[in-house]
Amino acid sequence: MIRITKDLLDQIREHGVRDYPYECCGLLLGRYGADGKVVTETYAISNAREESAKRNRFLIEPHELMRGERYALEKDLEIVGFYHSHPDSPAVPSQYDLEHAWPTYSYIIVSTAADQAKDLFSWEQEPDRSRFNQEEIQCQ
Amino acid sequence: MPVTISIPAPLRQFAAGQSQIVVEAKTAGEALDRLTSTHAALRRHLFNDQNALRNFVNVYLNDEDIRHASGPDTPVKDGDTIMIVPSIAGGAVIETEVAQSLPELSNEEIMRYSRHLIMPEVGMQGQRRLKAASVLMIGTGGLGAPVGMYLAAAGVGRIGIVDFDVVEESNLQRQIIHGTKDLGRRKIESARDRLRDINPHIEIETHESRLTSHNAMRLFRNYDIVVDGTDNFPTRYLVNDACVLSGKPNVYGSIFRFEGQASVFWAEKGACYRCLYPEPPPPGLVPSCAEGGVLGVLPGIVGAIQANETIKIILGAEDLLINRLLLFDAWQMKFREFKLRKDPKCPVCGEQPTIKELIDYEEFCGMAAHQTPQPESKLDEISATELNARRLRGDRIQIIDVREPHEFEIARIPGTKLIPLGHVVSRMNEIDSEVETIVHCKGGVRSAKAIEALKRAGFQGRLINLKGGITAWSEDVDPRVAKY
Repeated sequence: MIRITKDLLDQIREHGVRDYPYECCGLLLGRYGADGKVVTETYAISNAREESAKRNRFLIEPHELMRGERYALEKDLEIVGFYHSHPDSPAVPSQYDLEHAWPTYSYIIVSTAADQAKDLFSWEQEPDRSRFNQEEIQCQ
Repeated sequence: MPVTISIPAPLRQFAAGQSQIVVEAKTAGEALDRLTSTHAALRRHLFNDQNALRNFVNVYLNDEDIRHASGPDTPVKDGDTIMIVPSIAGGAVIETEVAQSLPELSNEEIMRYSRHLIMPEVGMQGQRRLKAASVLMIGTGGLGAPVGMYLAAAGVGRIGIVDFDVVEESNLQRQIIHGTKDLGRRKIESARDRLRDINPHIEIETHESRLTSHNAMRLFRNYDIVVDGTDNFPTRYLVNDACVLSGKPNVYGSIFRFEGQASVFWAEKGACYRCLYPEPPPPGLVPSCAEGGVLGVLPGIVGAIQANETIKIILGAEDLLINRLLLFDAWQMKFREFKLRKDPKCPVCGEQPTIKELIDYEEFCGMAAHQTPQPESKLDEISATELNARRLRGDRIQIIDVREPHEFEIARIPGTKLIPLGHVVSRMNEIDSEVETIVHCKGGVRSAKAIEALKRAGFQGRLINLKGGITAWSEDVDPRVAKY
């Protein structure tokens, strides 16, 4: 389960529409609690993929992640997950997403179109890497 | 050395909840191995089925990415810190990923390849890569035989074979892809049938032609990897240059008598054949297997090495024979290895290449690719039947056999004197210059060389070459004399 405010979810949606037709991505910062994760802040990151691949691939380079991690550390937060958009396609993880993920993190995916954000779901990888499970979003 | 590994938050559940773990190790790779042997559940999140670090997992030693140092071999020292950092990638379902586009294996195939599948270095992913791969073999002779048979057995999905020859009796001592029943058949047909019998799940494409500067680029374009099983220099340079120009890896092997060589020439990653041998040897200096002989099992060993490296390329393995020349001596049973270096001045793969398209390789090497070289000066010649007629007439002639003693043991023309080619000049005084001398060998090449050498050394008598050697004698005069 992941807890996040409506404001933060809207920020993710806006980022997705702003970057359409490309994928957007960012970090979810917050805390790991006994009853799930709490997101207190999002951290937008530039999509490092070259132009041609931007439409359906995104990549957060490790040095950017380190920077995000340092930022989180300063604010006494942790990286609890990531968000990205799927332009013109469903908000479900692809095989590619599955191969490039770790368990425990939350992966929020928002489906985007030219003028609006559509579905938004959060996903968590099964500990044996076999699949993603949809995760409950508790909007505060 | 004790080093500290920081465990990222999402993976702590696989490391008994710890955020830092201290291990003893000499290298970064060893530290990760130690970590994942104590916490086995961590391994699959860091390493893929091929046992390599997952491509989104980055390992930092202090502040440096080990990929920019020596990878897993990067040494660590007391007090170092290792951080595991993911780079985050993902994407919509639109594009089918490489993994998804690989062909599936049927249940029969899974059963057949089970010994591969249970090894993590191959696994399902690797076996599917083999199925998706295509390899072009140049030649189905001594080297091509094991190459083709092992690649077919391993499940390489599409194998192309180029050959124009027919199966002859003297091939069968080493070319185990062909059998006695195939004598006189076209080699590509015989090879195709054998490979199909080994593995009906793969595609075999036959190209019955000589490999030439005209067809090489077109042929190579349709395959991922080229395996060189040729026996002559013009074709070897042609294969090399066409591989460099089309960006394909060239899995090289060559054999002579008891010695073999193997390497992987891949211009994008290292030296090519021309970096090693910029110029061909002078024509006639290096004898072919037909002249010098070859131990039948030698191409089996060298060809198996070529098949091994081909499979490793397909599986994406490291430690290929790139920039390495492997030398094998079957008589001493010794392997040696030389480091190769890419030559920046290489005319085909260097910084300023002068060869930008295929050239005339027979001219470049000063020899024909597929015929025995003919001596330059005109020689007096006699056919086997004429020689027999002269003997029966009682003409005063002497016959000198310039083959080796072990060949003399296999078959001989009656009434001849044996002086091996290497001794013919030093033992010139044993040849009567007053009498007409017929010189013979197995097929007529060495005897021609002997005549030239004798003339250069000042021999005064008349020297006549027996056309076609003892082989012609056996065919045209006396079939009881064995052919070999």
